[in-house]
Amino acid sequence: MSDSKEGTSRGGFALKILKGVGTPFFAVLLAVALGSLIMWLSGYDAVAAFRALYLGSFGTPKAIGDTLLRSTPLILTGLGLAYGFKANLFNIGAEGQLFMGGLTAAWLGVLIGTLPWYAAVPILIVAAMIAGAAWAFVPAILKAKIGAHEVITTMMFTYIAKYIVSWLVVGPLKAPGPIPQTNQIAPSAVLPRIQSLFSPETLQSFPFLALGRAHTGIFIAVIAAVVVWFMLKYTTLGYENRAVGLNPSAAETGGISVAATTVKALCISGALAGIAGAVEVMGVHGRIFDQFSSGFGFTGIAVALLAKNHPIGVIPAAILFGALSAGAGTMQLEAEVPQKIILIIQALVIFFVAADEVFTWKVKRRQKEAVSSVQ
Amino acid sequence: MPVLELRKITKVFPGVVANDRVSLTLERGEIVALLGENGAGKTTLMNVLFGLLPADSGEILVDGSVVKIKSPRHAIDLGIGMVHQHFMLIELLTVTENIVLGHEPAHFGVIDFATARAKVAELSKRYGLAVDPDARIMDLSVGAQQRVEILKALYQGARVLILDEPTAVLTPQEVRELFEVIDALVAEGLSVVFITHKLEEVLAVADRIVVVRDGTVVGETTPAETDDAGLACMMVGRDVVLRVEKGPSTCGGKVLEVDHLCVKDDRHLETVRSVTFSVCGGEIVAIAGVSGNGQTELIESIVGLRRPSGGSIQLKGEDITHASARRSIETGVSHIPEDRQRRGLILEFDIAENLVLGDHRHPPYARHGIMHRRAIGEGALKRVEDYDIRTPSVHVLASNLSGGNQQKVVVAREIGRGPELLVAAQPTRGLDVGSIEFVHRQILNERDAGKAVLLISLELEEVLSLADRIYVMFEGQLVHEFAAGEADADTLGYYMTGGGSKKFGVVSDDATNDDERTEGDE
Repeated sequence: MSDSKEGTSRGGFALKILKGVGTPFFAVLLAVALGSLIMWLSGYDAVAAFRALYLGSFGTPKAIGDTLLRSTPLILTGLGLAYGFKANLFNIGAEGQLFMGGLTAAWLGVLIGTLPWYAAVPILIVAAMIAGAAWAFVPAILKAKIGAHEVITTMMFTYIAKYIVSWLVVGPLKAPGPIPQTNQIAPSAVLPRIQSLFSPETLQSFPFLALGRAHTGIFIAVIAAVVVWFMLKYTTLGYENRAVGLNPSAAETGGISVAATTVKALCISGALAGIAGAVEVMGVHGRIFDQFSSGFGFTGIAVALLAKNHPIGVIPAAILFGALSAGAGTMQLEAEVPQKIILIIQALVIFFVAADEVFTWKVKRRQKEAVSSVQ
Repeated sequence: MPVLELRKITKVFPGVVANDRVSLTLERGEIVALLGENGAGKTTLMNVLFGLLPADSGEILVDGSVVKIKSPRHAIDLGIGMVHQHFMLIELLTVTENIVLGHEPAHFGVIDFATARAKVAELSKRYGLAVDPDARIMDLSVGAQQRVEILKALYQGARVLILDEPTAVLTPQEVRELFEVIDALVAEGLSVVFITHKLEEVLAVADRIVVVRDGTVVGETTPAETDDAGLACMMVGRDVVLRVEKGPSTCGGKVLEVDHLCVKDDRHLETVRSVTFSVCGGEIVAIAGVSGNGQTELIESIVGLRRPSGGSIQLKGEDITHASARRSIETGVSHIPEDRQRRGLILEFDIAENLVLGDHRHPPYARHGIMHRRAIGEGALKRVEDYDIRTPSVHVLASNLSGGNQQKVVVAREIGRGPELLVAAQPTRGLDVGSIEFVHRQILNERDAGKAVLLISLELEEVLSLADRIYVMFEGQLVHEFAAGEADADTLGYYMTGGGSKKFGVVSDDATNDDERTEGDE
């Protein structure tokens, strides 16, 4: 921003961040408070539960690693959703695009054989992006040409994607053995664990680097977040994306093709979900099977919502949801609180963020009324 | 004893004193015009009176006794009715259903529509408010919808009627009808507060004129004591040029050539029917017409928002008949849309971002798909200065600007681009005299710089004062052409409503021709 006119710059920037972060933070606090109340009413020890939740998500380097592991695909699907939301598109089918990205990575990962990692990894990621984008392309065209609502079409495409994977892992792509899964991908295509980047001595002297199962896909996710942020703020593509999202009629009058922008937005959203599938395959499982995603595409909706569609905000939002799911196991084990309570807390977070949206919308409307009544 | 009296009403919004000790009285059977620029505080005052906003201080007297009006419902019970700028009607319900809403005559929960309908019909007849009680709101013209709003207030027992900018959305003919209705109302002993910023209306209809500026009453007068120049001066606080001064036009070669153009509307009806005309460089050509006679479709096809079904459009010899909006802009067509909030601006974008819309792909604002925020900011600062856009910063959201300043943003962008052809649709709709003067000046500057200007306006005053040539559009065709100075408002009005049209009388089933006009066809 070039605030050449006056000093809104620094103070204004800080205030903007505070405003942006304030309500989601408050929503999380409220969710924790209400979650505690629910636990207490159900006869559980809420304090012990949250202590265990914390231990299981941030308590040890390994726990932090678990949190990061689960956050990685959520950052990517969250970004995809946020990018779509900015164009006023609800890509509810990110899960399907994620499956197609994962499938492509698993299939090519076996095929590439002995390619070095610096070739293998980019090829797989780009291929997964193309696959995710392609899976969003048909719903995008349907939306742009005949106005078919993307919520319906992308959702339907999710089912198709899942069943294609189900079929492939028992059929053509099935690895030898009793388990319905594909072959292990080539070692050069695997995203290494973060701790494997350091020597045992380094890990000994810096134990916080022993991040367990966390893999280097997190870096890909963070880079993607920065790229999406840059796209939205500094490129004509992002400008047109936001313009169409906010006022398609004015965008059209300004020479922006609403149809083309819609197609681009959904495809970019799909490409991001495709990367999420690829990093899950390349960093966690090494192959694809039926249940390789635990609904990352759907949780991505909540992540984008909590982040208020801000690409950088998606990172902490994804980490929060990652931490909740990472800590859930410990919570059940140590505080004997059922894991499902975590789902309630997740739902409460979403509820309070959404409630805030409604609230700000009302305040805005009141302000607008006040302003227009001055005129 | 006045039916209504406001004493020293003060209302402060954060950062703005909207009303500063405003006093106003209204006698029985009187029409008081509340005149002021946009943002002068007229609407705030009426919202206080109607119970929509609490006053910070001051008091309201109805029939001589002090009341505290807590809600619109309360105001209605006190006999105060209000017709808002934006109608508050339910589109899918009928006229009668809308009117009785909230006061339904009912027996044991069953609405007695026969009684309601009869009462509506009776009111409608008594005050000359012609409207079909069984028509759905969505099928009515804007003028008819307004009559429904007035009927609703009367049905609720209003003795004081507040009309907030009632003529902003009306055609000249509808305005005349509205004035007749107002006369009928005061003849029956009602009192009317008429809010406006249009001078000629005030002079035509008011008994007394109260002028507000910056939240305070700056003067009170009567139509007999003043004229439009005097009122404009009171309202703006300085002398205003009401009539634009302009020299003769010189044709610098044809810029826009439209040949036998046919365009269909969204319902696939041919609303532009074989239209042929041209615009020279250095010339302002106006198309006058009653709203809904094909002007919108004509503009949209010229600026690339709608595909013509026949004929051709050329810009400086280049065929742009089927050009996209993007190509149209890049060939040199600028477009001030008739609805700035819907088509002209992205309200949630800041001023700087709005100022590059349409140029956002090109240097200096962008290269290779990367936008240069510094260049955009600097360009915006220049435009804000050149076009006198009143804002603390170029990073203020467009939604936070007043209507006049929003329009200046659109004008700055479209003219600042340096087009060959400027298509200006209703460029001063809803603006106050100060802003109108400014926008007119800008349009004339374009003409004097040798650019072609196509002006589409419902305001006859605007057409008459700006245009070098005038076409009248009626039912999709250009029915008459005038040179500047050849026409006056009455002649234009005659042709606009179908008089002298070759088609007159032949146009079969619809009663589009005189008083009844475009009911249900907007």
